[in-house]
Amino acid sequence: MSETNFAFVATSDKPQLPAPKGTTGAIGWVRENLFSSPMNTFLTLLSLFVVYSTVPGLVNWAFVNSVWNANSLDECRALTENGACWGVVRERYHQFLFGFYPSELYWRPILAFALLFVALVPALWDGMPKRGLALMGSMTFPFVAFWLIWGGFGLEPVSSTQLGGLLLTMIIGVSGISFSLPIGIVLALSRSSNLPIVKSLAVIFIEFIRGVPLITLLFVAHVLLNYFLPKGVNFDIVLRVVIMVTLFASAYMAEVIRGGLAALPKGQYEAADALGLGYWQSMRLIILPQALKISIPGIVNTFIGLFKDTTLVLIIGLMDPLGLVAPTLADQRWNGIVVELYAFIAFMFFIFCFAMSRYSMYLERKLHTGHR
Amino acid sequence: MSTSTVPADNSFQLSQLWRDARYRSYTIQIIALVVALSVVMMLIGNAVENLEALGKDFNFGFLFEPAGYDIGQRLVEYTSASGHWKAALVGLLNTLLVAFLACLAATVIGVFVGVLRLSNNWVISRLMAVYIEGVRNVPLLLQILAWYAVFIHVFPKPKQAEPLLGGALVATNRGFYIPGFTYEGAYLAVVAVFLASIAGIFIFRSWAKKRQEETGQILPVGLYSLGLLIVPTAIVYFIAGMPIGLEFPTLKGFNYVGGTKAGTPLIALWFALSIYSAAFVAEIVRAGIMAISKGQTEAAYALGLRPQRTMSLVVLPQSLRIIIPPMISNYLNITKNSSLAIAVGYMDLTGTLGGITLNQTGREMECMLLLMATYLVISLTISAVMNYYNESVKLKGR
Repeated sequence: MSETNFAFVATSDKPQLPAPKGTTGAIGWVRENLFSSPMNTFLTLLSLFVVYSTVPGLVNWAFVNSVWNANSLDECRALTENGACWGVVRERYHQFLFGFYPSELYWRPILAFALLFVALVPALWDGMPKRGLALMGSMTFPFVAFWLIWGGFGLEPVSSTQLGGLLLTMIIGVSGISFSLPIGIVLALSRSSNLPIVKSLAVIFIEFIRGVPLITLLFVAHVLLNYFLPKGVNFDIVLRVVIMVTLFASAYMAEVIRGGLAALPKGQYEAADALGLGYWQSMRLIILPQALKISIPGIVNTFIGLFKDTTLVLIIGLMDPLGLVAPTLADQRWNGIVVELYAFIAFMFFIFCFAMSRYSMYLERKLHTGHR
Repeated sequence: MSTSTVPADNSFQLSQLWRDARYRSYTIQIIALVVALSVVMMLIGNAVENLEALGKDFNFGFLFEPAGYDIGQRLVEYTSASGHWKAALVGLLNTLLVAFLACLAATVIGVFVGVLRLSNNWVISRLMAVYIEGVRNVPLLLQILAWYAVFIHVFPKPKQAEPLLGGALVATNRGFYIPGFTYEGAYLAVVAVFLASIAGIFIFRSWAKKRQEETGQILPVGLYSLGLLIVPTAIVYFIAGMPIGLEFPTLKGFNYVGGTKAGTPLIALWFALSIYSAAFVAEIVRAGIMAISKGQTEAAYALGLRPQRTMSLVVLPQSLRIIIPPMISNYLNITKNSSLAIAVGYMDLTGTLGGITLNQTGREMECMLLLMATYLVISLTISAVMNYYNESVKLKGR
């Protein structure tokens, strides 16, 4: 082999050229993602136009031109042409939070709300020391909260008619959520069991509840429930609504969990049987932990739906945040201030529902351990 | 099963009812049945007792008494002298009307949004995400009330309203007016021919499909169907002397008359329901398309199918299987949610039977029973259709 035949031999790699201009960095990204085709360009421009024509106006309305220091709509309109009159929120926010709860007793619902988070800690934090004991403590929360909110036993009693606003929403929502899950699990297990009578009872209940709108159930709670109770027994209207909302949500919950039970591979059931576990043991140790994990998105969606559905109580005359709009508008000073009120209430609900949906997505990612 | 290893044991003990797996299921079921029956019996017993104490009887005769109230939005003849049953029927039709319109609009908007949400275009997909999250996380009732307020405040009074689209649409704060049909003479013949040609299209399509499977020849099915839809009806229409006409809304005094009126409650409810449910439809569609693995599209391309045929023959049939069940339960939700009409005064089934009729006659028990039964029938019908469809598209032999 002679070494002199070649005019040039490269002994090292040539330096790499940079990528062509316009395919990397911000420009490249914009080109590829926003203007890759005529259709895409059109869509981008259209959506930019939509953003341009709504967002600045909205920001101006809500923040820049808005008025907080006004005691009536006329006063506010005199101060700003096209801004929001948040004065109504400043003046009445306590009503939207607590309804007509006596203002010197606000510490009680606030304490109950704080205790709710304390009670939630053992349920949400699975690495907690002495979790079992703490969970037992959480179980007492409903009774403590009931005592704090309604009073009695040394506290000044507060009647249900004084409850309202976000407080009412939270009472109905939280109790609905916490009771509907266990009832839903029982219903789901009954419906997927192989005992024909138990199964058909569960089917009848679930299909009946799911077949009628919530509003008819609330009507039943409002006008009809008294007929079905023994004479002299009378539930509080809030309690009646809570019962109906819980029944409603638990039927949906049952279907979600049944989906989870059905999605488990059959081998899991057979493996549990093969280990010699009884029905309850296999459910508690093998089936339910996996089935519930699969159904988490559905469960949280049901929770969100339930939370939103609490607004329906306005139709039977309870004063949830949306129900407080009418009394506010009846005040001469605030007559006609609909947009601000609706925007405020929508914002309140959005925060809660959005937080719940994000938490469920986080859980889903955390629990996604590879197999189904 | 056939041979039991348990020795024949004639001495039956009571504890076996609970301890022995052979009897336990019967014990549990009988207990459950007894408990359920006694709860139901107790409820009914209480109801009978309480009704008696109040001096009320239980009968549906009130349905045939004159209702005595007017309903603005109606699809069938109704006056305040009609019976309560007629009012309920008007309500039922109104429920079905708004539910149908909302299902249609929600599907169209939702599919659109769902596809755009999946687009590679960052701006548009973000925009759609904002829409979906914003709409899904706010209560529907609030949205209905807000849209109602918007329609009342934004649109002008009939006197000042400008007719749009050459008089075909008038948007006022009392509602929208669109042209209505007028019928005279032999209009039934036209309708009959129209229905017959729709049936004809179905027959033609299945024949064309069979022919294609047998011979491989493809007919321009779409073109022929369109012709079949239009030509026979048009011929009969002109032969019969144009018996079906259009009537445009005209301003008379302070209001529009003629044409078809969709009152503000209907429009607001329709809008709110469609926009709210479209967000759910979008998520369903997105999940359905994402569930189809990319290998399916690539395999179809490898077989030489064009993108359009790939979509219609490979991707869509598979994602439809995933999309349809939640979609139909979404339609069910729309139908049930339409009962929120009562908040804006749209006279649907809940507004008539569960609202005014109930309050006027004081027959809570009968009204509520009828109301729930009707909704139940609607829901179960939709469910049955869903299950039937589900069975027919399910992967076989999994």
